Amino acid sequence: MIQFHHVTKRYPGGFEALSNVSLHLPKGEMAFLTGHSGAGKSTLLKIVSLIEKPTRGQAILNRINLGTLPRKRVPYIRRHIGFIFQDHQLLFDRPVFDNVAMPLIILGYPRNEIARRTRAALDKVGLLSKEKAMPITLSGGEQQRVGIARAVVHKPMLLLADEPTGNLDPVLSREIMQIFLDFHQVGVTVLVASHDLGLIEELGKPVITLNQGKVIHDDFGGLDDG
Amino acid sequence: MTDRHQPPRPGLLQRLSAWLGHHARSMVFSLGKLYRAPASTLMTVAVIAITLTLPAGFYLFMKNIENISGDLRSTTRISLFLKLDVGEQAAAGLRDRLQRQQGVADVRLISRDEALEEFRASSGLGDSLDYLKENPLPHTLLVEPASELDSPAIRQLLKRLQQQPEVDTAQLDTEWLERLYTLLDIARRAVIIISLLFSFAVLLIVGNTIRLDIQSRYQEIVVTKLIGATDAFIRRPFLYSGVWYGLFGGLLAWIIVELSAMAIAGPYQKLGQLYRSDLSLVTFSMGDFMILIGASTALGLIGSWLAVARHLSEIEPQ
Repeated sequence: MIQFHHVTKRYPGGFEALSNVSLHLPKGEMAFLTGHSGAGKSTLLKIVSLIEKPTRGQAILNRINLGTLPRKRVPYIRRHIGFIFQDHQLLFDRPVFDNVAMPLIILGYPRNEIARRTRAALDKVGLLSKEKAMPITLSGGEQQRVGIARAVVHKPMLLLADEPTGNLDPVLSREIMQIFLDFHQVGVTVLVASHDLGLIEELGKPVITLNQGKVIHDDFGGLDDG
Repeated sequence: MTDRHQPPRPGLLQRLSAWLGHHARSMVFSLGKLYRAPASTLMTVAVIAITLTLPAGFYLFMKNIENISGDLRSTTRISLFLKLDVGEQAAAGLRDRLQRQQGVADVRLISRDEALEEFRASSGLGDSLDYLKENPLPHTLLVEPASELDSPAIRQLLKRLQQQPEVDTAQLDTEWLERLYTLLDIARRAVIIISLLFSFAVLLIVGNTIRLDIQSRYQEIVVTKLIGATDAFIRRPFLYSGVWYGLFGGLLAWIIVELSAMAIAGPYQKLGQLYRSDLSLVTFSMGDFMILIGASTALGLIGSWLAVARHLSEIEPQ
């Protein structure tokens, strides 16, 4: 699903966030991306989600070279990806239902289909009763679950999460991780950036560890040609 | 992994209806947004309306001046002052003869006595005129040229009338009319220049309003981009906002001009009466109204398009 071939990302000013990173996350796998803050986790996710382009090397998502993708095609690629942010990025001017329905509206689903799928996604994260609530009235864990519902409502083939439990207590964190495991169970590829090492160990999923922009540990064994 | 990179999408027909649906939704959504912020909406619409009122009002003013001057042209008359020794009977004879001539619509005889009475009434000299031993005024014929005659033809008619043996002086006072028409031409161009300048102002007003709107919805734009919205999708509600601003601004401008016209109509009619003509104020025709509304709506759309093109691409997820 995700392949990095000798990817280097250097920001203006010379800071090198990723140095010669090669890795491979196969389809249908779930993995954790760990490392200290500043190790390059966010940069790696930004390259996969087409926010940044690699300075050198090739980043490939589902056989598409992300470095050379024309700007016009970016939205269409992003529709395959569900993003979950640490600060969940909900829109506070509209109720939970409208937040979750956004990807479906963009994709052009008919109204009744939007309602059906949105309720299914909310049910999945246990928030069906809150569909009319405004996000501001929800707890932090609930807001994060709304964010997850929005990320999965259109059944993307890849879930990317950047520190999804960063602001949550251990019980809530475990709940959130369980939701990711559930999606992985039904065949979705999942990549979660986190530094909650205790929880990661507990879940027993493959881990890729970055340090100062380099891969220092990879349970997948990296790329054959890397 | 599937070989083809197929996004999870509904069918073509569904997407088409969804596309139309999104247009409708953007339209209603942007309208609702304006409705929910009545103060700022009203302010923007009022600024656009006032900006449009000036060229629209100027245009209406021109239309009325042209209306009056057209009226004046149709009342162009040639005054024939007859020689003093021509008697009343001969004058009437000349009147009948001219009446039958080509290019003459009507001839009216003002006898020297009538002329003196009129002069006595209008000049305010009153009884002092009694001291005159005899009436110094000649008989006068007022010749109205046929309406189809243009200026050169009228001049030719004037020449012909001048040559009549009974006529002392033939006078055609159209020079001031020509000057008026030249002035009108200048004013017409001024209206065009003013319209262009103020249209540009409307573009800037709408553009700036939409720019602020884009900035205040930065977060929403970032999120929708991240979940795969195309630029066209994000652009749409802003463009509709611009259309609404333009449409409402145009309508308000029309109302302002019509109300102003109503306020002017009374004294204007009185002025007309003073000139013994039944002038009534000309207001916007249906065509004028459509042009005003169409132009203001188009300006709203273009203004928002410029803002969106400039500022939307600057917003990218970080």
